Amino acid sequence: MDIKAKIIDSLGLDRTITRLAHEIIEHNKGSENIVLLGMRTRGEFLAKRIQSKINLIEGTKPNLGTLDTTLYRDDFRIRLKQPEVSVTDISFDLSGKDVILIDDVLYTGRTVRAALDAIMDLGRPNTIQFCVLVDRGHREMPITADYIGKNIPTSINEEVKVKMTEIDDEDSVYLVEIKNS
Amino acid sequence: MEIILKGLRLLNPEQNLDLLSDVLIKDGIIDKIENLDASQNSDAKVFDFSGKICVPGLFDMHVHFREPGGEDKETVISGSNSAASGGFTGVACMPNTNPAIDSAEVVKFIIDRAKGHLVDVNPIGAVTKGRKGEGLAPMLELYDAGAVGFSDDGTAVKTASLLRNALEYAKMIDSPIIEHCEDESLAGGSMNESFVSTELGLPSIPTVAEDLVVMRGILLAEYTGGKIHIAHISSKRSVELVREAKIRGVDVTAEAAPHHFTLTDECVRNFDTNYKMNPPLRQQKDVDAIIEGLQDGTIDCIASDHAPHSIEDKELEYIYAPNGIIGLETQLGLTLTELYHKGKLTLEQVVEKLALNPRKILNLEIPLFEVGEKANFTIIDLDYEYKFDIKYSKSKSKNTPFNGRELKGKSIAVINNSKMYFDGQFQNI
Amino acid sequence: MSLSSNHLLGLKDVPKEDIQLILDTAITFREVLERPIKKVPTLQGKTIVNLFYENSTRTRLSFELAQKRLSADTINFSKSGSSASKGESFKDTVKNIEAMKVDMIVCRHESAGIPKYLTQISNAKIINAGDGRHEHPTQGLLDMYSIREKVGKLEGLNVCIVGDISHSRVALSNIYGLQTMGANVSVCGPSTMIPWGMEDFGVKVYNNIDKAMAENDVLNVLRIQLERDAGVLIPSVREYHNYFGITQERIEKNNPNILILHPGPINRGVEVSSEVADGSSQIILNQVTNGVAIRMAVLYLLGTKSEE
Repeated sequence: MDIKAKIIDSLGLDRTITRLAHEIIEHNKGSENIVLLGMRTRGEFLAKRIQSKINLIEGTKPNLGTLDTTLYRDDFRIRLKQPEVSVTDISFDLSGKDVILIDDVLYTGRTVRAALDAIMDLGRPNTIQFCVLVDRGHREMPITADYIGKNIPTSINEEVKVKMTEIDDEDSVYLVEIKNS
Repeated sequence: MEIILKGLRLLNPEQNLDLLSDVLIKDGIIDKIENLDASQNSDAKVFDFSGKICVPGLFDMHVHFREPGGEDKETVISGSNSAASGGFTGVACMPNTNPAIDSAEVVKFIIDRAKGHLVDVNPIGAVTKGRKGEGLAPMLELYDAGAVGFSDDGTAVKTASLLRNALEYAKMIDSPIIEHCEDESLAGGSMNESFVSTELGLPSIPTVAEDLVVMRGILLAEYTGGKIHIAHISSKRSVELVREAKIRGVDVTAEAAPHHFTLTDECVRNFDTNYKMNPPLRQQKDVDAIIEGLQDGTIDCIASDHAPHSIEDKELEYIYAPNGIIGLETQLGLTLTELYHKGKLTLEQVVEKLALNPRKILNLEIPLFEVGEKANFTIIDLDYEYKFDIKYSKSKSKNTPFNGRELKGKSIAVINNSKMYFDGQFQNI
Repeated sequence: MSLSSNHLLGLKDVPKEDIQLILDTAITFREVLERPIKKVPTLQGKTIVNLFYENSTRTRLSFELAQKRLSADTINFSKSGSSASKGESFKDTVKNIEAMKVDMIVCRHESAGIPKYLTQISNAKIINAGDGRHEHPTQGLLDMYSIREKVGKLEGLNVCIVGDISHSRVALSNIYGLQTMGANVSVCGPSTMIPWGMEDFGVKVYNNIDKAMAENDVLNVLRIQLERDAGVLIPSVREYHNYFGITQERIEKNNPNILILHPGPINRGVEVSSEVADGSSQIILNQVTNGVAIRMAVLYLLGTKSEE
């Protein structure tokens, strides 16, 4: 894997997250009815940071949960390698709430589609909105994000790598080239 | 209360003890073992037993007291009296009563009946409920209530699988299963199978009926690691099987009854039902094998199989009369006359067979001759010559073939549980 | 991460990583069971046959629920009232079912070794739901999951299986699984119910329940089959209860913190007293719930496994 460019650095990441938090609050006219659902793994960390930002701005912390969509994937039928499933942790009721689904990269849109199925099985939310750090294009589903950190168009042999200090050694977003094996 | 026994030869092979001494007993406990000057203890009652031997109280591990259910033939008390008269301070009684000893209540009933008697009565629990051979009896509960071993005596345990399970189960309490070895399908005869039975025209039981079940018991005990005890062994081949098994290390023990080392099937010629028992009287070669087995330790002990029957029961046609003879009061005499005085067994061996080994097999304590120990004695006059007279027997039943038999050696007194039986009377000491 | 085998026939040779994976995956499915809509689309389009040649209500029910909650299609086949009662051989029955294109077979049979035989005559993935006295792997797994859920670990734990060990596939699966996960396993029961060779399994044998309770952290109490055992291996139910029954007095006297498991169905007053069956030391109903989660995990891991 070759690094082609560093798209966002540590400071840039923090500013983007601040802006996303503000956008969410603005669109929903406050934070009383929103709940945040982070998608494992980095979406979860992103959601947590957004939750802190909202707390700084509004003085209240919206409820935070994590969603695992492995069981809703549509690629079991075409026999891709078996992914590891982790636990969905949502300890509050979703019904009537404005759910903000949060992930790090939006690509084909299949993961989001699976997430929508999962959320519908958990309750009947008021709205479901989608917030993503990077949109890299190449949609295979009619899905758009409501809140986008950055648009990074990519080609087939490129990938966007998000690093967050909760799990990696830095905060950054890289554009990398994948070597075909 | 104090008593002094004077001039005794104290013999206890368990302690390697063979000592001439007096004994002072205070309230049933051994107070002194030394030569005593009677004038020093003027309150004490003195018994002059010079020339007599004192051995640990004898124990008969195979008796039938017919209580509950057959009190006309024998009760726990009358049977215990007969035991004391015969020189025994302890017995183990078989469960073929009515109801059988297959519940804690019956065990406790029997122990309760015997309370306060000189003789210790230890119930043997049934192996199967009702001795019917259908399901296991509650052995753990029986053991906790006071049973010291288990048997379906009267018959063998019905199936190999039941005996196997019983041996496994009894392992948890280290208790022996006592087998009456007789194959059910070969049973039913009235005497031993030999040319005598052919001449007499009586249906007969072959020795192999016993040998088969002895082998079954040995193999199952070997396989499971359990303990098996062969009751009233009578057949030469059975003795050989036990001998081989012991060499292999199988936990098997055996007992023989006095009539099986004294009488042969020739005695049946007069059709006297007092010679009818099960296993039946066998041939001379079997008698010789029993004696050899006693000599080399293959047969661990002597037990009477004391089986009281009323006169009307025994006064039936030979093929219908029930099996069994009483034996508590002839056992010691026959053992001394036939084995000791004829040089077949030493005195130590006699004590082992009649007092020590039966208790060891049942995991009971061995009486010791030590200051502070409970006094549990049988006092024997080895050379006393007499004729056994059934008139003086303490048993309720009279079915013995030995009435009028000349014997040499008799129990003079027994002491146990702070009581003494002497001169036909019980007294507290 | 995936299972190393395409089948679950028993726990005997299952590596630690596989057991770990199943137990961890089951946590997710345990959470699904708490949702209002207890369904995920993961095994949609998969067909699973429950081939139950030996009667069972609870195990079959548990498997069926697990399958339906994963959105699979399930078919139940029991011996009675089927072609088998018309004399069709087992092999023919299986071949016929397979010809209708099924993906997985969950099988319970009174003869040990049938699940292995199925792997030879069928292309489906096979899950053993209990074969004779041999193994019952999903029970072993759900027992381990339940213990781990309550105690937090399996390694180094002292677990004693109580009851008729000689007739128990639950006991064997528990022994294999727990030992693989590093627990110390022992057994307790009347000597007639302890089979040969426990020492060769590295399993200590107790004949005294009080001692077993004092020296172990967990008891897995097996059901006494009254019809089969009373009179034969044990004198009576009453004697069994008096000497081996788990009562509240025994718990308090020997080990107040002991954990009690039971695979069910319980004989109240025999292997456990009613008080214990309803008390705070037992996790019997948790085992039932966890059973569905474990079976979902096993079905998921095998059902979505690609043929590499």
